[in-house]
Amino acid sequence: MVLQELGIKFEQYDHPAVLTVEAQAKYVGDKGGGLSKNLFLKDKKSRFYIVSALADTKVDLKVLSQRLGLGKGGIRMAPEEALGQLLQVPLGCVTPFALINESASYVSLLLDKEFKTQPHCFFHPLSNETSISVQASDLDKFLKSIGREPSYVDLEANPPVGKDQPPDLAILVPSGTIDIPDAPENSTPSQAVSEKSFPVQKKCTPASVDSVKSAKPSSADPNAKDKPNNAAPQPNAFAESRLFVDEILKKTTELLLSELTEDVAKQEALANSVRKHLAPDLQNLTRTFCSLLQVMFKNTAYTQGFYAGSNCQPKRL
Amino acid sequence: MEKREDKQEEEQEQVVNPWEVTAKDGGKIDYDKLIDKFGCQRLEEPLVDRVQRLTGRPAHVFLRRGVFFAHRDFDEILNGYEKGKKFYLYTGRGPSSEALHLGHLVPFMFTKYLQDAFKVPLVIQLTDDEKCMWKNLSVEECQRLARENAKDIIACGFDITKTFIFSDFDYVGGSFLYFWWDNYIGTHINITTYMQVVGIFGFSGEDHIGKVSFPPIQAAPSFPSSFPHLFSGKDDLRCLIPCAIDQDPYFRMTRDVAPRLGYHKPSLIESSFFPALQGETGKMSASDPNSAIYVTDSAKVIKNKINKYAFSGGQDSIEKHRELGANLEVDIPVKYLSFFLEDDAELEHIKTEYGAGRMLTGEVKKRLADVLTELVDRHRAARAAVTEEMVDAFMAVRPLPNMFD
Repeated sequence: MVLQELGIKFEQYDHPAVLTVEAQAKYVGDKGGGLSKNLFLKDKKSRFYIVSALADTKVDLKVLSQRLGLGKGGIRMAPEEALGQLLQVPLGCVTPFALINESASYVSLLLDKEFKTQPHCFFHPLSNETSISVQASDLDKFLKSIGREPSYVDLEANPPVGKDQPPDLAILVPSGTIDIPDAPENSTPSQAVSEKSFPVQKKCTPASVDSVKSAKPSSADPNAKDKPNNAAPQPNAFAESRLFVDEILKKTTELLLSELTEDVAKQEALANSVRKHLAPDLQNLTRTFCSLLQVMFKNTAYTQGFYAGSNCQPKRL
Repeated sequence: MEKREDKQEEEQEQVVNPWEVTAKDGGKIDYDKLIDKFGCQRLEEPLVDRVQRLTGRPAHVFLRRGVFFAHRDFDEILNGYEKGKKFYLYTGRGPSSEALHLGHLVPFMFTKYLQDAFKVPLVIQLTDDEKCMWKNLSVEECQRLARENAKDIIACGFDITKTFIFSDFDYVGGSFLYFWWDNYIGTHINITTYMQVVGIFGFSGEDHIGKVSFPPIQAAPSFPSSFPHLFSGKDDLRCLIPCAIDQDPYFRMTRDVAPRLGYHKPSLIESSFFPALQGETGKMSASDPNSAIYVTDSAKVIKNKINKYAFSGGQDSIEKHRELGANLEVDIPVKYLSFFLEDDAELEHIKTEYGAGRMLTGEVKKRLADVLTELVDRHRAARAAVTEEMVDAFMAVRPLPNMFD
């Protein structure tokens, strides 16, 4: 298993499938250390979080929601499908280890700081027929090996959040939203395979922890806040130059389809017509669009730097 | 802008000042007469060519089409530029409403071009205090509108490393009051008489004192010392102000006062008024949504507004039209195209064909709808990329070390 590759010491205990912490306690509760409870949460903008805490730690979702900057009641338990789709674990098996999956790249992880006070803690690997106990520091090792920075949070704290006190956990909000289609494309088996070997290096950076929330054009925020009143969300063309190319292709195909013919000579004339009509249009589009694109990218980068620079303070713990 | 109930002595003449623009007898604005009366200069073609040469790129469509048609000492700016002397740009907006229309964008589109072409810094003043006084809006509302307008302004594509946006309520009150005060008071003291201000702006005994002391607030940014975080030590820096010609009175006064304060007179480059959809009887009105195309209008709305409300110079019937051709003087779609259709050759072609009656109004209107939709769509996309943090960054009092790069 991956943990062995990383040289992490762990104790493995197999038992019948358990769906709750109490049930798990029956099998490993007497081994010392702390049992963990793991919540899989979702906010209104389809961003997902795993909150992993000691069984005894009180986790108030309302407080958490505010501290993440989602307002009151902005966060709730994620739907069952999301569990299978994103974490690829069965019900009752939410675990930090699920983040090894590519599908969980945009899931943010909040770890109870109390884990550090325990000699070791129990988590499920990717199956609820097993519990493994690891030290908090080894959990960190695992997380770092998949490209994640562990974020320990005082989950019971309830700091005030207001105009002059920004939400202290806002930085843990993921930068990407995830769309869960209603019917999962490939139905994951209810018993996840526990002995899969996954690539240790993740391709994408853990945007959830490292990103500054502000001003990322591709994030949901600008689209949500600055949407024009006529409902349909405007695609943000600056972050997705793909749209720019699509626009070009759209114009091309429209012109082609309108003059489609079998005649070879006409086809040549058609090709010329395409070039003649499209070239100035596209050049114009490129010139004005690209220069505007350029300056907006520049402005966005500057803004992010400015925000980071002016908000550079140590977090109050 | 406030409409004045009491007429001035020159009832017969057209009225052009920062708060009122009306033509004589409800006709068109006579720009030649205006230039004459104001005492500014025509922006002739040689000057446009010179700009093209100095900047190494085609002159902006507004220059080529004579939208920006008048100036004061723009040639001085160019003289200095040729010798390597830089300048800074200053323009502004009175944020009286959230909805911006194309007419509002015109000075900003042109200013962006100037910033890019000459590679110079820009300060943008949001006169939220002016609107607060004149329109009786609350301070909070004016500040909010200022920020909303700032987003649309930023969406025009200004370079954040060379642009400082400020609102009067935010900037003028703070620690920079000292520098402003110098220029502000200086401007006050050096206007010879109260009557002079009245004469320029047409104030009456009933106007409250805030209104009378506002002009120096709009004047002060013309002096580089008003921005110590940007131009400290650069008292010699010239200022170029792109604006609509109704703002001329403010800067006429400023130019008068400048030498007495020991500064260069600010230069101006002035535009004509963007006509309302219904025709050239003055400026667009924010209160009538059908008099203008707004940056929030969808393609459908734009097409509809143009088809229904744009005043056409075409003839009543197709036969008559083919015979007589269109009246290009009053035709609004052609006027709008002359603002926004970049391709000189195409515009020429349209004018020729439409004027001869070979092209119909519908075709011209369709072309216009396409052009404006593209413009508005582009603006909306840019606007969507502007976040609150970006506004904060543009409005932060910070140095701009690369402002001349």
